[in-house]
Amino acid sequence: MIGAPAIRKEGRAKVLGSTCYTDDMSAEGALHGATVRSQVPRGILKGITFGENIPWSEFIIVTAADIPGKNRVASIVHDQPFLVGIGEEIMHPEQPVVLLAHGDRQLLEKARKAVRLEVEELPAVLDLQSSLDLTQVIYGTNNLLKEIHIRKGEPDSVWSQAAHVIEAEYRTGAQEQMYLEPNAMLAVTERGDPSAQVTVYGSLQCPYYVHGALKQLFGLPDDQVRVIALEMGGAFGGKEDYPSVIAGHAALLSWKSGKPVKLVYDREEDLVCTTKRHPSRTRIKTAFDGDGKFLAMEIDFVLDGGAYATMSPVVLSRGALHATSVYGCPNVHIHARAAATNTPPSGAFRGFGAPQSLFAIERHMDVCATRMGMDPVELRRKNFLKIGDSTATGQIIQENLDLGGLLDRVLKEIGYYDKQKAFAAHNATDDPIKRGVAISVFMHGCGFTGSGEATMASVAGIEGLADGSVSILAASTEMGQGKNTVFSQIVAEALKLPVDMVNTAIVDTKYVPNSGPTVGSRTTMIVGKLLEDAAYGLKQSLLQQGFLKEPYSPEAFREAVQKAHAQLGSIKSYAQFHKQPHIVWDDASYRGDAYPTFSWACYAAEIAVDTVTFEVKVEDFVAAQEVGRVVNPVLAAGQIEGGVAQGIGWGLWEDVVSQQGRMVNNQMTNYIIPTSADLPRIRVIFLENPHPAGPGGAKGIGELPMDGPAPALLNALQNALGPLRLDEVPMTPERLLTRYEEVYGG
Amino acid sequence: MADLALTLNVNGTSHTVRVHPLARLLDILREDLELTGTKEGCGEGECGACSILMNGQVVNSCLIPAAQAQGAEIITVEGLAEGAKLSPLQAAFLTHNAAQCGFCTPGMLIAAQDLLNRCPNPDESQVRDGLSGNLCRCTGYVKILDAVKVAAQEGSPR
Repeated sequence: MIGAPAIRKEGRAKVLGSTCYTDDMSAEGALHGATVRSQVPRGILKGITFGENIPWSEFIIVTAADIPGKNRVASIVHDQPFLVGIGEEIMHPEQPVVLLAHGDRQLLEKARKAVRLEVEELPAVLDLQSSLDLTQVIYGTNNLLKEIHIRKGEPDSVWSQAAHVIEAEYRTGAQEQMYLEPNAMLAVTERGDPSAQVTVYGSLQCPYYVHGALKQLFGLPDDQVRVIALEMGGAFGGKEDYPSVIAGHAALLSWKSGKPVKLVYDREEDLVCTTKRHPSRTRIKTAFDGDGKFLAMEIDFVLDGGAYATMSPVVLSRGALHATSVYGCPNVHIHARAAATNTPPSGAFRGFGAPQSLFAIERHMDVCATRMGMDPVELRRKNFLKIGDSTATGQIIQENLDLGGLLDRVLKEIGYYDKQKAFAAHNATDDPIKRGVAISVFMHGCGFTGSGEATMASVAGIEGLADGSVSILAASTEMGQGKNTVFSQIVAEALKLPVDMVNTAIVDTKYVPNSGPTVGSRTTMIVGKLLEDAAYGLKQSLLQQGFLKEPYSPEAFREAVQKAHAQLGSIKSYAQFHKQPHIVWDDASYRGDAYPTFSWACYAAEIAVDTVTFEVKVEDFVAAQEVGRVVNPVLAAGQIEGGVAQGIGWGLWEDVVSQQGRMVNNQMTNYIIPTSADLPRIRVIFLENPHPAGPGGAKGIGELPMDGPAPALLNALQNALGPLRLDEVPMTPERLLTRYEEVYGG
Repeated sequence: MADLALTLNVNGTSHTVRVHPLARLLDILREDLELTGTKEGCGEGECGACSILMNGQVVNSCLIPAAQAQGAEIITVEGLAEGAKLSPLQAAFLTHNAAQCGFCTPGMLIAAQDLLNRCPNPDESQVRDGLSGNLCRCTGYVKILDAVKVAAQEGSPR
């Protein structure tokens, strides 16, 4: 079953329109919830007044004073309140202060606008540089949410002897995940001691994050909190940590009212207050010898984390660990910082810091090649990592890595050299349309960084059901990426069953173990491997207890499970992640094996740019990757195509415009994501090189395709227009015009 | 404000409903008729997740005030299949993995059906144009284009 294009498990329901997303659930007597937000970037909350002409006695009103447990969202750092209380500090303009619930949505909206907050305003820090300059100290003692140094060799010993030393700065903007389904939660609670129960149904990636957050918010033990992850209409990281806040709010309103409460954001609210990709600034200084081999890299990588830590420490870590891309270099210093600003917290978005640092280094490779008079392809090839080489953290590449082969395949597929020649001739004419083709080469670490997986020690299992079929028990959620199908294929392969005999159980914390969050390109490789192990365990126990004999047919397996189930009542098999002895990581020094393995990729982009309107059209796109063994080629290609589309959007169009720390283009009308008319047919190539860390040799692919498009596109713009200051994404027509005029005049 | 009484035909069945005068057709479908296949993605006619066929034309149901729906003939995603039998477009979406998260799918299917009704054999640029009012964040559109092309080749009568 691994390697087969199995049909998406929940696909039939999706094309029938019968899939139940959170807002599709109905609950008898449910109220609607709404959130009153701070509206000022920084200040002290002095008071709350409720305006006239609203029947307030009909409303359920929740403030910080109503919180039964701890008013802090459980996360990496417990710094963010669910609601700002009187006398407490407001840290950003969309901070929740008051929650309201009512059965009439129109009246609820009127009421929300009638709540007035008295705030003593404080000077705010609204941009990264002000935060680093400590114009105001808004977080800890130095405004830093996290700081990391990665050191290898002695860069300072190299600069004076190098043939070339090249420095540049790169920036990337915030990006909205823009899942089509806005955030939604339904909470049902029961008060009373000891029977209190908080249950939340929702659109969320990480049920056990929400479970932990609700336990702390209500001060309840494990078994009195239940989280059920419903089908998600997309997430892309955007439903990793913020759902803990929304679930908490819905549950507080339900707790106070004694009724079910539905809290569904409309698009404007979703865009203005939930997390986005961290804006970044990267300064790179590189030294090369006369042949173009790297001698040293010094990388200063800074992320804008917003008002609270949320995922910033780990986003920063992943960004720092990808900052040198796929190149070997003997002397490296990476200084990475996530700084706080008075803006809504940044958070997870597909790629998780890596797209930012990879944009910088992959743009820098083309900038350096031009300055040194080299072909950007050959400069990369000279410096590629290969088996036995060590990365910036000292991780030794153990796999038979063939980046040159990947590169050659892409160059051939897009017709790189022929196009370069043809475009050079074309661009010398007075046609206002200029054309370019270029590449990026990159990798993405699979699973949690460093010791993350060992610390988390995830558990996943499978269960034999009364009808003889097999059910998968994992907290991994379906957001469209295809985990229902891929998990079923992995287990079917391990048990030698047809895929229709295996299904995934509903993701309910009451029934499924904590297989960790559905993030970090870890679901197929890490959780899939646990399921493979659990499947072998189930088979072994059926064999040992005499229910099954090898070789067996699917029918014999079905009968064995039926018989075992009838006799034993329940047959389950679990597997837990254990640290692999050959993987060594030291979190204090940031030395060792940053990831169990990486997926590797080379992308090529061909663009046409109109030098009158500065509109950029992506004419062709080739995405080639080595991702171990591909579990489902159709689903995997879908992941790559969708990721590339998001990468193209980030590179060219998707611009979060902020004023006073607040997104002002918070509508689909003016935050532009790619439509079917904007994209080329993305051509996907998989090169397979099975890796022992994953089930059947599979590695992770979810985030990888987000990393490569932006630098490839801007490199292609350089190929078309010459060495402009192409240092920032999104490279909107306005920004491109400015940079064109810097070189060619107005 | 007094409730509004409306009669409309949805997927071949006539319904009379009493709704809030500020209700949108989308609300009537999802809340009064419990046809939750039609989705709300933006509430401003930009994403197309709420696309339906109204009197044979594709419209964003989030932009249609209740009063305008009086007497209308409406087809939603729930009206595409014949019992358990998927329409050719639905079948092609399923086999080509054109639905990933599935949230844009109902509107995308309606827009594609409308396109094939008007233009039974579209080329790729016609499909791209025909679906450009329906945003998808998961697929990069490649599999959707493939599915529409296959459904067109196999004929997609309605």
